[in-house]
Amino acid sequence: MRAQFVLSEVAIGLRRNLTMTIAVVVTVAISLALFGAGLLMRSQVSTMKDFWYDKVEVSVFLCSAQSDAPACIDPSTGRAQNITAAQRDQLGKDLRSLPQVDEVFYESKQEAYQRFKEQFKDSAIADNVTPDALPESFRVKLKDPTQYAVVASAIEGRPGVEQVQDQRALLDRFFKLLNGLQLFALVIAGFQLVAAALLIWNTIRVAAFSRRRETGIMRLVGASNFYIQLPFLLEGAIAGLVGALIASLGLVGVKHFFIDQRLAPSFKFTTFIGWDSVFTVIPVLILVGAGLSALVSFLTLRKYLRV
Amino acid sequence: MIRFDDVTKLYPGQTKPALDDVSLEIEKGEFVFLVGTSGSGKSTFLRLILREEKSTDGRIHVLGKDLARLSQWKIPTLRRQIGTVFQDFRLLPSKTVAENVAFALEVIGRPQHQIAKVVPEVLELVGLAGKEHRKPDELSGGEQQRVAIARAFVNKPLLLIADEPTGNLDPNTSVGIMKLLDRINRTGTTVIMATHDAAIVDQMRKRVIELEGGHLVRDQSRGVYGYAR
Repeated sequence: MRAQFVLSEVAIGLRRNLTMTIAVVVTVAISLALFGAGLLMRSQVSTMKDFWYDKVEVSVFLCSAQSDAPACIDPSTGRAQNITAAQRDQLGKDLRSLPQVDEVFYESKQEAYQRFKEQFKDSAIADNVTPDALPESFRVKLKDPTQYAVVASAIEGRPGVEQVQDQRALLDRFFKLLNGLQLFALVIAGFQLVAAALLIWNTIRVAAFSRRRETGIMRLVGASNFYIQLPFLLEGAIAGLVGALIASLGLVGVKHFFIDQRLAPSFKFTTFIGWDSVFTVIPVLILVGAGLSALVSFLTLRKYLRV
Repeated sequence: MIRFDDVTKLYPGQTKPALDDVSLEIEKGEFVFLVGTSGSGKSTFLRLILREEKSTDGRIHVLGKDLARLSQWKIPTLRRQIGTVFQDFRLLPSKTVAENVAFALEVIGRPQHQIAKVVPEVLELVGLAGKEHRKPDELSGGEQQRVAIARAFVNKPLLLIADEPTGNLDPNTSVGIMKLLDRINRTGTTVIMATHDAAIVDQMRKRVIELEGGHLVRDQSRGVYGYAR
């Protein structure tokens, strides 16, 4: 078995069929890029979940004079009313005494305004808001986030409570969207992989046909089957490998130029995936790219190469 | 060297067998002509020896091995000991003469220095010294067949099979080829040659095996082409 001979046969084969090889590389690159994007999205979702579920709380928004919730309208005056100090204290005590509650934080209007300004400091919204426009609230951390319903029913409807909001429900909707995108990417990736497999099938079939003279002589002269098949397998694997490398480069580019330079600065309130996720996905892509290509090549050869 | 015991070969979908109950034995170092009309089973006979086909019935022994029991991955090893020459030369048009001969050695993994030594020797043996760098389409038919013979012989096989090697050549060139095959036979290589060329068979007076309709009808040492009725 001589490596030099095999490699030169592979090079000749790749060059001879250059257009089809390029087609294979491009299709594999696209499908693997989408597949990798799907994987990264899943990693992103779990990163965000870890970050957010930690912070997520039940928000108990308290009535202010500006609120328009029915619960805050004083029946006698017909106008919204600020929550009284007594009501606030009582509410805080009751919240803390609930067995499901872990911690309770109070956020005043001023504090809410500060936080709002901090979060949206790059956008115009912050300029139009005054401290009075934002409600004061109790931020409640639950020992078990799934017990939201119990807490909500205990607090909702009490005087001075405008709204009880489970931030997790909001997040769940957001995560559902991300999951939907991820599924979409994976479905497209699946179709592309099928296309790539078919392209490889055809490329190898044409290559085997156009080299039938050589392979016929190799057979007669007593070359082992493996040795005859090896150049074709390598051609398929190399094309798949190059496609995987291009896809990996694409993902690295997305991470650097899109996530690091455009998304993260604008969306400071959440975390994004780190380089470790990307570097975990890249070997998977390379394995799938080279492995799938080699496998398809092998199966095609069994059918079309007389050995 | 080669033994056929009641060998029958029926191709799938055919009613009449290509070879029907053929038994013979060929010793080491023999020169055997295989004659018969088209369709008589000559090519099938050679394909069975090369294990390109398996016999439907009977036993074939080549170089001491029972072909029916030979596993798939041992076939290449068998073929390395058999050189083949065909009517259509079967050279690689994009390679030079030397590269064509070297191909047979590269493909079975011989190291480069060995190839560089052996290829010029065998090219000289077949009378093509000086033409190493020509391409097949620059050679005459006789020269191309010599390249094919060089390729078949370069690995010093024990058996050389030739399927109508002079079929595309004129009578004079054919004589040259036959002399070469005779020389090769004298080095100890068993030669089996299927042919239609009556003149050559008559001239060389070697063993003649005749097939007709798949049957072995004549096995004559120092025979002639047409059978004396």
